[in-house]
Amino acid sequence: MSRNWEMVIGLEVHVELSTKSKIFCSCTTQFGGEPNTHCCPVCTGMPGTLPIFNGQVLEYAVKAGLALNCEIERQTRFDRKNYFYPDLPKAYQISQLYRPIAHDGYVEIETSQGPKKIRIHEMHMEEDAGKLIHSEYGNETYPDYNRCGVPLLEIVSEPDFRSAEEVAAYLEKIRMMFTYLGISDCKMQEGSMRADVNLSIREAGTTEFGTRTEMKNINSISAIERAIAGEYERQCDLLESGGKVTQETRHWNDDKKMSTAMRSKENAQDYRYFPEPDIPEILVSEEYIDDCRSRMPEFAPDKKERFMSEYGLSEYDAGLLVASKPESDFFEALIKGGATAKASANWLIVHLASVMKKLSADINGTMDFEDAGLDAEQMSYLIKEVEGGKVNRQDGIDILTEMVKSEEVLDVKEYIASHGLEVSNDTGALAETVAKVIAANEQAVSEYKSGKEKAIGFLVGACMKELKGKCNPGMVKEMLEAELKK
Amino acid sequence: MELMKLTALELGEKIKAKEISVREALDAVSAAKEKTDAKVNAYTDFDKELSDKEADRIQKLIDAGDSKSPLAGVPIGIKDNISTKGMLTTCASKILTGYKPAFDATAVSKVRDAGMVVTGKLNMDEFAMGSTSETSVYGPVKNPWDTGKVPGGSSGGAAAAVAACEAVVTLGSDTGGSIRQPASYCGVTGFKPSYGAVSRYGLIAYASSLDQIGPIAKDVRDCAAVMDVISGGDVNDSTSNAAFASGAEGVNENGFLASLNGDVKGLKVGVPAECFGEGVDPKVEESVKGMIKELESAGAVAVPISLDFIRFAVPTYYIIATAEASSNLSRFDGVKYGYRAKEADSIDDLFINSRSEGFGGEVKKRIMLGTFVLSSGYYDAYYNKALKMKQMIMDGFAGAFGNCDVIVCPTAPMTAPKIGESLSDPMKMYLSDIFTVSLNLAGLPGLSVPCGFDAQNMPIGAQIIGPAGGDLKVLNAGHAFQLATDHHKKFPEVG
Repeated sequence: MSRNWEMVIGLEVHVELSTKSKIFCSCTTQFGGEPNTHCCPVCTGMPGTLPIFNGQVLEYAVKAGLALNCEIERQTRFDRKNYFYPDLPKAYQISQLYRPIAHDGYVEIETSQGPKKIRIHEMHMEEDAGKLIHSEYGNETYPDYNRCGVPLLEIVSEPDFRSAEEVAAYLEKIRMMFTYLGISDCKMQEGSMRADVNLSIREAGTTEFGTRTEMKNINSISAIERAIAGEYERQCDLLESGGKVTQETRHWNDDKKMSTAMRSKENAQDYRYFPEPDIPEILVSEEYIDDCRSRMPEFAPDKKERFMSEYGLSEYDAGLLVASKPESDFFEALIKGGATAKASANWLIVHLASVMKKLSADINGTMDFEDAGLDAEQMSYLIKEVEGGKVNRQDGIDILTEMVKSEEVLDVKEYIASHGLEVSNDTGALAETVAKVIAANEQAVSEYKSGKEKAIGFLVGACMKELKGKCNPGMVKEMLEAELKK
Repeated sequence: MELMKLTALELGEKIKAKEISVREALDAVSAAKEKTDAKVNAYTDFDKELSDKEADRIQKLIDAGDSKSPLAGVPIGIKDNISTKGMLTTCASKILTGYKPAFDATAVSKVRDAGMVVTGKLNMDEFAMGSTSETSVYGPVKNPWDTGKVPGGSSGGAAAAVAACEAVVTLGSDTGGSIRQPASYCGVTGFKPSYGAVSRYGLIAYASSLDQIGPIAKDVRDCAAVMDVISGGDVNDSTSNAAFASGAEGVNENGFLASLNGDVKGLKVGVPAECFGEGVDPKVEESVKGMIKELESAGAVAVPISLDFIRFAVPTYYIIATAEASSNLSRFDGVKYGYRAKEADSIDDLFINSRSEGFGGEVKKRIMLGTFVLSSGYYDAYYNKALKMKQMIMDGFAGAFGNCDVIVCPTAPMTAPKIGESLSDPMKMYLSDIFTVSLNLAGLPGLSVPCGFDAQNMPIGAQIIGPAGGDLKVLNAGHAFQLATDHHKKFPEVG
């Protein structure tokens, strides 16, 4: 490459909000479901129906706007975006153009070159469309309107990104903030977070923008990074060879690692936006905004610092815990339940992680912390029992596996009792067993006495077997050693 | 057929007193329709089986003393753009062929709750776009006073059915005069409530910010009684306004009907200079002025006012209404319900062919106009400017009501034209909306009451306009006039 090309990127990020009901009707927003079972006359746009704005969407949008350091629009309103498509039953999307709920903000990201501010142009509320299911057999297409009317936020950045790394950091930051706010699960694979990438290049040092292309709906952060690299290279090659970039929408094929043109600017639609007459203007009071602000959570970076200073966790462990808000909240609930910080962190990061890894492999899928459905009080009790030597660690891990598998909250105390997992503290019975094992294993005893200390392991195992595991191996080892040294 | 000459309230009284049954009242409507409708073409659908069942259910309620409304048992016809569960609702358009809603419009469920019997659907201009009721897929509605003339529109079927005594009372919709103007042409009483007074849920939208459901009846008392039933805030319509319903200012706790007293002593009646003189039929002017005299002799005071902004009303209306319509009517695309073109090789073809074949000419014209005024590059020059004009018209009316309580003017500058005459000169038709459209732009209540006849014995209507929320003032002035006159008690010989 002879010249030094700088990439310039702006992002449009769509986030599905996890409100209970849809933005303009009371249908559920639950993902999945048989086609056309999560809909009603309103979200399928039947003639004569009218939208009723869900107040929870406003709350979530204001919180998101505050997290993005935006100004909140005090007199916000909806507009209609008109276009024909079978997944859009009204043939217009209720969105916001003229007075979006939030504007003029920024997101601060960490990059290898240090912190950087990405400016937010605006953020608006809108309804999602349905999806089309194409028949595998005939030339037929069926609309599924379940997703119609699920609330979305669209966050439009300024063209402030200069690398794929910055884009990834920005998306991670938004995902972190929105999951911490509890307003979206931000799962790119399920489509609850989607990004459109606007990319152009220019010679480093110049200020004019080049002609940009848009790549829509790429479904993972790593795919976005690859798409950016691919498109950057394509544009560089074009300009190097004396060609011109055409303003168009391109589709990124992540399998073939290349993009193809979808629609050029000449064929761009005129959406004929105008104010939605069915929904009056929404007045957002200063008190309302203050109330939302007062309920903003502690975000991951602050929480991580606090975990390190308050609980003495390593940076690595604290980082792992705060990656998920529910998990980090659960960690503190375990401590509240009486488990130590060190043990709680260890159980979540090591034991729970391996249990979930194994269970996900069994079902050939993925598991989130929330899928484990753990009860803090019960798990805290379990940790205390194991760390206190009352239950074997391996038994404890098995109990944890049962806790994760169980649909209901498992009563750990009851489970330990009914499965006879409590370690015996009856030293009399233990002494008896130790004596019996020593008598029955002359070879191992003589090996130990001749200096092969490893032989003790065999003897501990024999005692454990004799006691059906209901004992504390450390204690058994101590007693064996004491007996053999006599 | 004397039963059919009774008002809704008179009929309700007879039903309550057990002088007649609900079935007898319904049978009377059905017989009148059989006898007359071939000449008037007011109905698009009449579901006798469904309404018979409904009549029997309501009779039981009445017999058990469980029905309080004075309209219980009274049959009511519904304009074809208002959703009726399980009954055809087609907006008189081919594109909604066979469409039966899965739900009732709020206004319809309210009339059912009051014990009224929904009889059938009433003819109209396709999608309520017109002033003559000639653009229906079911053919034109005829004026019962002269079947060679139009009944007005778009609620032509709803007005003609009442005039021809083949409906007792009806629900129409009014976007730019669609209740008041046909009421005027047909010699009946029609009321367009303040915007928000009646829920629009279930009314298939023409222009969302202007549409309003209202009653067409034989007199003002019937209109007030229907308003008691259908008005009120609605959780399904965020533009509905509970403050404009029963219990609003001046309306006593028993509602509009109970609040009508016909007392207009000291009522200041604004007489706008712009609504008389050039362009207005002299006979129309004379009759409307006669009405003002009548109100004066009942104690009202006439005050000359000016509505100079009214000349902007028609262009403003046709920009806003068509813009909203172009969006509202986009959902009729052949995908989900109604008419679907048979020949289509792609999804775009399906949209284009279904809409090209399913919509009539006037509807297409307005969709195109609305699409144009919203187009990028034209939005500010047309739509945005129209919104500013709308605000100016609202402010203008607010100023006018600083000097008077109600305003009286002709509902339409002429009486009903001949069938075919208007469609050949659409500009003339659009301009004839001049006195009605400004109310929709400003969200004001308006009532049309019969106030005389022209030389050809065609009815003339006078319009009474009130400030937003002043629905009772308007109804009361009309009631005062009807107490003193009998124009509203004349019936045509349908021939």
